[in-house]
Amino acid sequence: MSLFAQGHTACAGCGMPIAVKLVLEGSGENSIVVSPTGCLEVTSTRYPQSAWGVPWIHSLFENAAAVASGIETALKVKGKKVNVLVIGGDGATVDIGVRALSGMFERGHNVTYICYDNEAYMNTGVQRSGSTPYGASATTSPAGKLSFGEDRPKKDIPAIAAAHGIPYVATASVGYPKDIVKKVKKAQEIVGPKYIQILTPCPTGWRFDGSKTIKLAKLAVETALFPVYEIENGEITKVKKIKERKPVEEYLKLQGRFKHLFKKNKDRIEVIQKMADSNAEKFGLDG
Amino acid sequence: MINEMQILEGSKAVALTVKSCRVDVISAYPITPQTHIVEDLAQMVADGETDAEYIKVESEFSALSTLIGASATGARTYSSTTSQGLALMFEVLFNASGMRLPIVMTTVNRSLSAPLSIWNDQQDSISVRDAGWIQFYAEDNQEACDLLPIAYKVAEDKDILLPAMCCMDGYILTHTFEPVEIPEQSLTDEFLPSYQPKYVLDPENPLTFGAYADPSIYTEFRYQQHDAMLKAYKKFEEVVREFEKVFGRRYGLVEEYKLEDAEIVLISMGSLVGTMKDVVDELRRDEEKVGILKIISYRPFPAEKIYKAIKDAKVVLVLEKDVSVGMEGGLLSDIKSFMYNREDRPSIFGFSIGLGGRDVTIGDIKGLVSRVKRREAEEFEFLNLRREVL
Repeated sequence: MSLFAQGHTACAGCGMPIAVKLVLEGSGENSIVVSPTGCLEVTSTRYPQSAWGVPWIHSLFENAAAVASGIETALKVKGKKVNVLVIGGDGATVDIGVRALSGMFERGHNVTYICYDNEAYMNTGVQRSGSTPYGASATTSPAGKLSFGEDRPKKDIPAIAAAHGIPYVATASVGYPKDIVKKVKKAQEIVGPKYIQILTPCPTGWRFDGSKTIKLAKLAVETALFPVYEIENGEITKVKKIKERKPVEEYLKLQGRFKHLFKKNKDRIEVIQKMADSNAEKFGLDG
Repeated sequence: MINEMQILEGSKAVALTVKSCRVDVISAYPITPQTHIVEDLAQMVADGETDAEYIKVESEFSALSTLIGASATGARTYSSTTSQGLALMFEVLFNASGMRLPIVMTTVNRSLSAPLSIWNDQQDSISVRDAGWIQFYAEDNQEACDLLPIAYKVAEDKDILLPAMCCMDGYILTHTFEPVEIPEQSLTDEFLPSYQPKYVLDPENPLTFGAYADPSIYTEFRYQQHDAMLKAYKKFEEVVREFEKVFGRRYGLVEEYKLEDAEIVLISMGSLVGTMKDVVDELRRDEEKVGILKIISYRPFPAEKIYKAIKDAKVVLVLEKDVSVGMEGGLLSDIKSFMYNREDRPSIFGFSIGLGGRDVTIGDIKGLVSRVKRREAEEFEFLNLRREVL
């Protein structure tokens, strides 16, 4: 039996269930998964149905890391060895759940926290989150007569995670499936809190054709807008190199959320290009 | 077996009782005046006096959230909080009950900000009466202790599976040294066997917890919660009979004090009842027909017991440390609402009293009784309001 069965109700072309299947492939049957409120929760567990082949629990929007902390502690008391994972969206992770996440990191729980990053509150209708990128139009940071969309850069949660001194932080993209499985397996071998952020394009919120999910997931990496790397014990240990870095326009132009930038906000595209350049330099992506 | 009577601070007595309940996971965030309970528990863990794990959470919100995870994994769990901490837990309280997880928590009663006040009243727990938690109120430290194993036993019953809070007045109980009997471990073990839930998070039998419900099924989940709370009424009576057999102390959903021929009945919850008993003793010496109905279990709500106790009275005075702003006290509303459709209805008066830690004296309560008798009291009022500073 698949650990994440078909029949869930995610949109066609959604990157999230791809990520979930790969994460479970890496983690295996001996896992307990916590999910906060979000797309994953509502598309996989409408009572009395469930897509989950592993034990799964949803409590609230902002407490998944705390629930996972409690599960891990109870398993310790009972002397059981089980992989405890959180799989949650970016809103639940970088915004409303960040206090619980920080607490879980600081206390050193042996939990792997997976953030599927679709860069906005997709479940409730594409409102902006702290993970929404600069220039994207979301329903609460819309492009308008006076607005070019989201005016702040994406919150750098991997860096915040690493600042807690946790042993393993990684980013990944559904454009590179094997990399996700490998990173989850690696995380499960490390004792302590682990954080993996996976870019999962959202056809509904980003406004692109659902057949282009993997293409976009790759382009985000190939433009250096979403750098893929690993940080172990505070040091960057590995980056996914880009042979020929693509201009950000190639990524932006395929998505309705950036469409307004091509009309009267061309200068913002230059700002986004500078952000990509800065990522490439910071992580040494070129080459 | 003879149990030793010890002079202990209320918080210490509660911590020792939690230990004796063989709790697996404790998770708490410090807040005045609950701090001594969690400090004592942390020390017991540090000294290896208990096998429990103590999770050092970053907020009350996470304290209760971690226990949701631990309880769903099959652990017996404990937390304690008060006031602002309970308010911060609001969302998690409903969730724990809806997920039918028998978490037990000591709620140290304290007033809510603003204005900031660290002192006692019961606004905090009364304000979460609709969260689906069993709520017990302790008059003294022995009760604050005894109600804990009783709470676990009721909460963990397969027909109940609801979380429970044991409320004790901040400072008045938590920081007061009283003689308390902490039972032998073997007695607690006899009364309260280990928690063996039927459904847990376990890869051997992968289950989904916390699925969402659409309108075709949500009501049925809520009804089952409601039904479990109603069943907790009988279950409590069963459990306290067992408790009496093992420990020799008798409890009920309510406690009647000199009620037999009482024409005036005072109703309250918590430590205030101790003062009220002294008042009633004095008034009885003056041949006043006064008695007390103490509410121990606020949820499940002992409506029939209250009815039986007050139906023959002329007048009932509800004294409580809370107010539903612009309305009246919560307990008063509850009592009046179920009495409305009964034929024998005494006059019912309500008083918000002892808010924000203001002392309540014997004279205060005596004065109140005499004012009600002289028909000088309002249907609901704030007692001892300092009108000169308004």
